[in-house]
Amino acid sequence: MEGGVKSRGLQFQRFTRLDRTLHALMIVSFISLALTGMTLKFSYTGWAAFLSRALGGFESAGFIHRASATLMFGIFVTHLFELNRKRKREYGGSFLKMILSPDSMLFGKRDLHEFVGSLKWFVGAGPRPRYGRWTYWEKFDYFAVFWGIFVIGSTGLMLWFPVFFTRFLPGWLINVATIIHSDEALLATGFIFTVHFFNTHLRPEKFPMDTVVFTGRMPVAEFKRDKPAEYEALVAAGRLEEKLVEPYPPVVIRTIRAFAWTALAIGTLMVLWIVYAMVFAYR
Amino acid sequence: MLWDSARTLVKPRLAAPWIVAAALTLAPGRSALAQQNADCLGCHGEKDFTGERHGRSVSLYVPEKTFASSIHGGLQCVNCHADLEGKELPHEAPLGKVDCGTCHEAEAKQHAASLHGKAMKRGDSLAPTCASCHGVHDIRAAKDPASPVSPLKVPFTCGKCHQEGTTVMQQRNVHQDHILENYSESIHGEGLLRKGLVVSANCASCHTAHNILPHTDPASSIARGNIARTCTTCHARIEDVHRKIIKGELWEKEAHVLPACIDCHQPHRVRKVFYTQGMADADCLKCHDNAALKAGDGRSMAVDAKELQHSRHAKVACSQCHSGVNVSRRRPCETVTTTVDCGSCHTEIAQQYARSRHGKLLLDGDPNAPSCKECHGTHGTLGRLQGSSPTFATNVPRLCARCHREGEKAAVRYKGPQHGIIEAYTESIHGKGLLKSGLTVTATCTSCHTAHGVLPRTDPASSVNRRNVPETCGRCHHGIQEEFEKSVHHEMLGKTDKELPVCNDCHSAHTIRRADADGFKLDIMQKCGRCHGEIAKTFFDTYHGKVSQLGYTKTAKCYDCHGAHDIHKVSDPRSHLARENVVATCQKCHPGATRRFAGYLSHATHHDPQKYPWLFWTFWGMTSLLIGTFVIGGAHTLLWLPRAFQMRRELKAAKEAEERALEEQEQSQEQPRSADPATGGGAGDPEDRG
Repeated sequence: MEGGVKSRGLQFQRFTRLDRTLHALMIVSFISLALTGMTLKFSYTGWAAFLSRALGGFESAGFIHRASATLMFGIFVTHLFELNRKRKREYGGSFLKMILSPDSMLFGKRDLHEFVGSLKWFVGAGPRPRYGRWTYWEKFDYFAVFWGIFVIGSTGLMLWFPVFFTRFLPGWLINVATIIHSDEALLATGFIFTVHFFNTHLRPEKFPMDTVVFTGRMPVAEFKRDKPAEYEALVAAGRLEEKLVEPYPPVVIRTIRAFAWTALAIGTLMVLWIVYAMVFAYR
Repeated sequence: MLWDSARTLVKPRLAAPWIVAAALTLAPGRSALAQQNADCLGCHGEKDFTGERHGRSVSLYVPEKTFASSIHGGLQCVNCHADLEGKELPHEAPLGKVDCGTCHEAEAKQHAASLHGKAMKRGDSLAPTCASCHGVHDIRAAKDPASPVSPLKVPFTCGKCHQEGTTVMQQRNVHQDHILENYSESIHGEGLLRKGLVVSANCASCHTAHNILPHTDPASSIARGNIARTCTTCHARIEDVHRKIIKGELWEKEAHVLPACIDCHQPHRVRKVFYTQGMADADCLKCHDNAALKAGDGRSMAVDAKELQHSRHAKVACSQCHSGVNVSRRRPCETVTTTVDCGSCHTEIAQQYARSRHGKLLLDGDPNAPSCKECHGTHGTLGRLQGSSPTFATNVPRLCARCHREGEKAAVRYKGPQHGIIEAYTESIHGKGLLKSGLTVTATCTSCHTAHGVLPRTDPASSVNRRNVPETCGRCHHGIQEEFEKSVHHEMLGKTDKELPVCNDCHSAHTIRRADADGFKLDIMQKCGRCHGEIAKTFFDTYHGKVSQLGYTKTAKCYDCHGAHDIHKVSDPRSHLARENVVATCQKCHPGATRRFAGYLSHATHHDPQKYPWLFWTFWGMTSLLIGTFVIGGAHTLLWLPRAFQMRRELKAAKEAEERALEEQEQSQEQPRSADPATGGGAGDPEDRG
């Protein structure tokens, strides 16, 4: 069977078109939010002043920040709708069935086993766990975004509309919101641009980049190696064939790579800037 | 001439000859009826002795002492009241009028012909009699300072009728107005009334005492033809000093064509300053007009008459500044020993200058010290309102720069912190206003440092001393000064040992910018921070501060909330941040802000657990979360690394093995690379993926 796949040159489709679109939009909105937000957080560095100016001044930067935040909310809501649709279509409308399925995003007992198994594998005390559709670090990244949107989004709204919120909240909560918004954003930015980048792109076996989230496709062999549990389940169910698609033509791939590289580069530069601002220029 | 003899009569007469004359005339009647003064005073010596005149009761009291001390004290009552001669006492009343002319014949005659006398003859009730000026029983010699006709009293005696508001001035045809007022301000009036010079001309000196005639009467002392003589009575040889105006020989040959004194020196308003005095400039220019004229030490002594003509001093004679000339010398200036002292006219300014830094340097003999002429020039000196004057507002910076520009003689000896003064000023708002916009009211050097009282700022009397700065700036920025003087920065003066700010601490001295310029708005926060360091730092932790730090001015800065010049303690009800005002202050930028909104901590710091526990613990909670996440994520990644490298190596090896196998296959089958796409799909090489 594998031989047949090979000869036809088909690839395994891991992400739907909507997922990929949302991820791409998320990159645009997240980087915009981070860039514009950091100019304020690190306003004491020359970098920040330069960036702020480059973005058209603090008012323009503020507009970009708020527009991107709105986009982020939109992505979030779209995703929730998508989940709901999926629940109806694939799980017969059962919410429980969806979250308990092996393809669920929720953490389960299996993730704990895989986590412990991974640590063992890292230190040479066991074999590489046979990961399923979602590894525990992918689930962590996913929920980090959920948490981030809730925490940063809610405090961000308070800072956006302070007059409204202080109609029923004390003024000093705006100060608290500022700290939470800023530090959580730092956490999110730092985490995405280091740990997430490493786990998906920079880790040596994938280096320099894993484009699956942009193309939605991955070679079957890689799929089999990375997600053996899912692969086997599909083969066992005889449904692997329905997940196979033609790869994109090279021009599409090149475009996608250019976009991904840009995002990766901006993210890396921001990490450097944050390190510089926090370690060398802090005051 | 009549006026000639009249003039002699102005002189006070001695009483003695009249007593003799009176004695002679009275001698025959004395034996018949002895009417001694004592007899008269028997009744008239009583204070409450009254009689009736035209139906009205009048006092007929004659104070014995006053009469005895008068110039007529030695005479008998009946000498004057001649109609009582030989009458029984008590006599019938009323008596006939006393005729002073019985004794004072010449005066009486003059008076009768005079303006006053003619009026009297017409029956003008306002016409003065002898008594109007001289008194009655209390007549004193004109020499006696107590006399109403003594030189010092004459203006007042005449002024009884000839001053504004009197019936005479209102109802009679008198051509001059404000006579007494003008006289008192004239050089004659000043000499007489202020300096007590009894020889200074009074009314009678020009108008005569008894022979007063209108100027239209050719016999009058003030008639056009007679004026010169009247004036030269005192101003003898006046022609010597009028050579600049009137050619010498005309005084003799054609006196009638000369202008009368009053043509230039208005009657009653004569002032010394209206006319050049002393030597005529022409005399000086005879020599000094020569461009080649040099002093012994080689200095040019030439004077450009044209320059002088257009100067502020065009009407000032050479000898007024170059004082000490002696007109009786052949070379009148040979007696000049001192340099020009401007202070002889500009007294106050000279005194101020003497106290100034410039003045003191000059006094110390410093060769760099600027004297008057350094700034004002010499013969061509102009007023400061004349555009071409070096002291004209727009020229002042250039004038001061001659010494105070970097590297010049004043700048090199200056050890203070101000440098590049002229350049900085030129770029400042004042400099731009003055030099670019040409606003002559803009502050220039002298506006702050004063023109003549320049003192270093360390001097308490200096206009730029810390204590005086608000007042100096307030001369133009008065409203600001008023506001500032009510603020905590000024009210605390003397109540704290901290140095309180004045205008230039925030606005600087020479680099003042527009307060609505972005650069100034941003810099001002650093200025507040110089004293309010901690609170400024915490401001920069807030959104307002961070945006400001990025270089934008649209968010609240210190003065937006605290006020600029009207800063008060937050606890002061006048403060913009007082409980009553704070919401309105927030609303300036945040319309709809409520009291809760004002609870925002605009200087919050998360480093103070006592003051801001919520912020402190939020910050540390968030930081712990951040550190925790990074530690776990980082450790996970690091642990993973070796395995990831291992996998990379294995994959590479697998791929190479596959490629070898493929090559072998190709060679054996001698086929083109048709299996290529499959390789991409199977090897999982990251480079080929996608």
